[in-house]
Amino acid sequence: MTKRSTWSIPYLVFMIIFVVLPLVLIVLYAFQDGNGHFTFSNVTRFFTDSDSLSTFALSLEVAIENTLICILLGYPAAWILANRKFNRSAVTVTLFIMPMWINALMRTLATAELFNMLGFTLGKGTLLFGMVYDYIPFMIYPIYNILMKMDNSYMEAAEDLGATPWKVFWKVTVPLSMPGVMSGVLMVFMPTVSTFAISEFLTNNKIKLFGTIIQENINSSMWNYGAALAFIMLIIIGVSSLFGGERESSAEGGLI
Amino acid sequence: MAGDYIIDIQHLSKSFGGVKVLDDINFYVRRGEFITLLGPSGCGKTTLLRQIAGFINPDEGRILLEGKDISSIPPYERPLNTVFQRYALFPHLDVFDNIAFGLKLQKLPAKEIEVRVKKMLKMVSMTDYEDRSVDSLSGGQQQRVAIARALVNYPKVLLLDEPLAALDLKMRKDMQLELKEIHRKMGITFIYVTHDQEEALTLSDTIVVMNEGKIQQIGSPIDIYNEPVNCFVADFIGESNILKGRMLRDRRVAFIKHEFDCVDEGFGEDVPVDVVVRPEDIYFTTDPAKCQFKAKVNSCIFKGVHYEMWVDTDTGYELMIQDYDPYAVGTEVMLYIDPDDIQVMHKERTRNVLDAEVVDGNHVRILGAEWECEVPADASAGDILKAEIPFDKIELLDHQEDGKLAGEVHFLLYMGNHYHLTILTDDGDHLWVDTNDIWDKGDLVGIDIAPGGIKLRKADD
Repeated sequence: MTKRSTWSIPYLVFMIIFVVLPLVLIVLYAFQDGNGHFTFSNVTRFFTDSDSLSTFALSLEVAIENTLICILLGYPAAWILANRKFNRSAVTVTLFIMPMWINALMRTLATAELFNMLGFTLGKGTLLFGMVYDYIPFMIYPIYNILMKMDNSYMEAAEDLGATPWKVFWKVTVPLSMPGVMSGVLMVFMPTVSTFAISEFLTNNKIKLFGTIIQENINSSMWNYGAALAFIMLIIIGVSSLFGGERESSAEGGLI
Repeated sequence: MAGDYIIDIQHLSKSFGGVKVLDDINFYVRRGEFITLLGPSGCGKTTLLRQIAGFINPDEGRILLEGKDISSIPPYERPLNTVFQRYALFPHLDVFDNIAFGLKLQKLPAKEIEVRVKKMLKMVSMTDYEDRSVDSLSGGQQQRVAIARALVNYPKVLLLDEPLAALDLKMRKDMQLELKEIHRKMGITFIYVTHDQEEALTLSDTIVVMNEGKIQQIGSPIDIYNEPVNCFVADFIGESNILKGRMLRDRRVAFIKHEFDCVDEGFGEDVPVDVVVRPEDIYFTTDPAKCQFKAKVNSCIFKGVHYEMWVDTDTGYELMIQDYDPYAVGTEVMLYIDPDDIQVMHKERTRNVLDAEVVDGNHVRILGAEWECEVPADASAGDILKAEIPFDKIELLDHQEDGKLAGEVHFLLYMGNHYHLTILTDDGDHLWVDTNDIWDKGDLVGIDIAPGGIKLRKADD
């Protein structure tokens, strides 16, 4: 071991304790019963329990809806921000990005208070509102970034070849900005699958998401079932990041 | 004859942020012609091309296509196509889809699109490349695809914005020949923008030389080369000796303190002119009867095809000569110039003429600064007079803060025994200066006027 590489030991130790060990523990707990014997029952319980499955389906549905709404609202916003005709100021961009700097929990609590004050019934509508509000900057920023860097001559070339501004947008701007959209999707979809705080505060626990039942199981000391659910979620997140990862590698618009 | 003009540009002007980029541009393009807009960077040629394409709207003037005003039509409705400087091929489409882009927008049947794309690929020698991604192509290949993508739509006019600028020299020469061949085969009108005078001479039927937003000269490559209308054109196109001269009478001109026969008429008698002699048009002779002036060789460099020599004439001027035979440095040579080869040009100006506001009995304000000079007795403070300042009465200083005015060297010409500079002041005014000092383009200078250099006259004289 050379001298330089010994510097990495603290980081290595940190990673082992806080990343690798928890992952190993999740897997171990997921495949053990309460007495420490190896079993598949936790996993099979999830797939046979209609409550868990429907919560899971609802989580996916909410995540997909949230992602779609973020694209629908975020893309035009990013496009307007990146368009010099409408926006010449970096301040406007910062205003859109600023919520990212504030703790999500705090914003969610504030939103819940606002809804309470206005007398709205908490439910799926308020849940989606909170999710979109929390995650839309993560969609806008990568798309804005890629649109800003896009060479204007592509758009001019398309227009020159006979494309109306509408066609230029759909045939050139949108396809060329896909890496930014993909990176936005990854950053919105994956965290929403596992979220629980937003649903807790913005629906008063009326709507339970996948993250909520993991939290509930673990809170009520059902470690093994909770770990199995967390394990299933990790697999889903891993698969969805692989799905988007191929495009991600060529993305210049990524936030990270 | 007007029916023969495919493009007719009338009084086109454009300013960006108060700076006039194009100033009253007028020219026409004949059907099937290969016309080149030539000029240094910043001369407005690209702005002009982009106006024809429709990306920029003119402030004033019109662009007629086959007699129809297209100035306010958006680019996608103009039957023109552009080859962009950096190609702008769509990275998300393969070669076939790039070329088919325009045809698909026209909703042509797939069969026809395929036939036309394949034909075009053959034309640019890129058969079998249709499935390749554009990122996998070399610069030259991308260039061909860009040309095919534009030409496949059979535009009425093809616009090319410095299309070869990104290629290396050898590839550029090959593509020049291919472009000319494509132009001949397709019969489509080409409007080509370049700053490379050699490229313009090689490719064009007609060259439009531009500088500072104005057209300097329009003509065939041979006309432009042999009969430049002013110093700028003479200097920009090819190598040249540009000299101050005096037209003595018809067919007789004096320069480098010798008199020569020439073929120009109609300038009047004893009129100051500029004279251009190309370096290949000064001949060596051993026959004293043919000799018009003598000189001494002071440098001789082999340039591949010819030798380039600088000689000092017996009257103190430096001339460049190109010849197939070298003469050793220090050799006394006898030289002559054919009357045909002397190009006489009207002088654009013989001195600086500027507005001067009288301040008091011996001060005037010119270009915002106060100068001492003799003010006529009948002029009172606030009167606006004309100040005439000879080129050699303006002094340039190394440091901008040392002069009453500050500016930069904008353009320079070597005139055989001195430099003629165009100075752009910080306020955007032009001054012309004769000097023996050596400056470079872009040098920042302080500006002063020598005592007694300002002559005043009435503004309406």
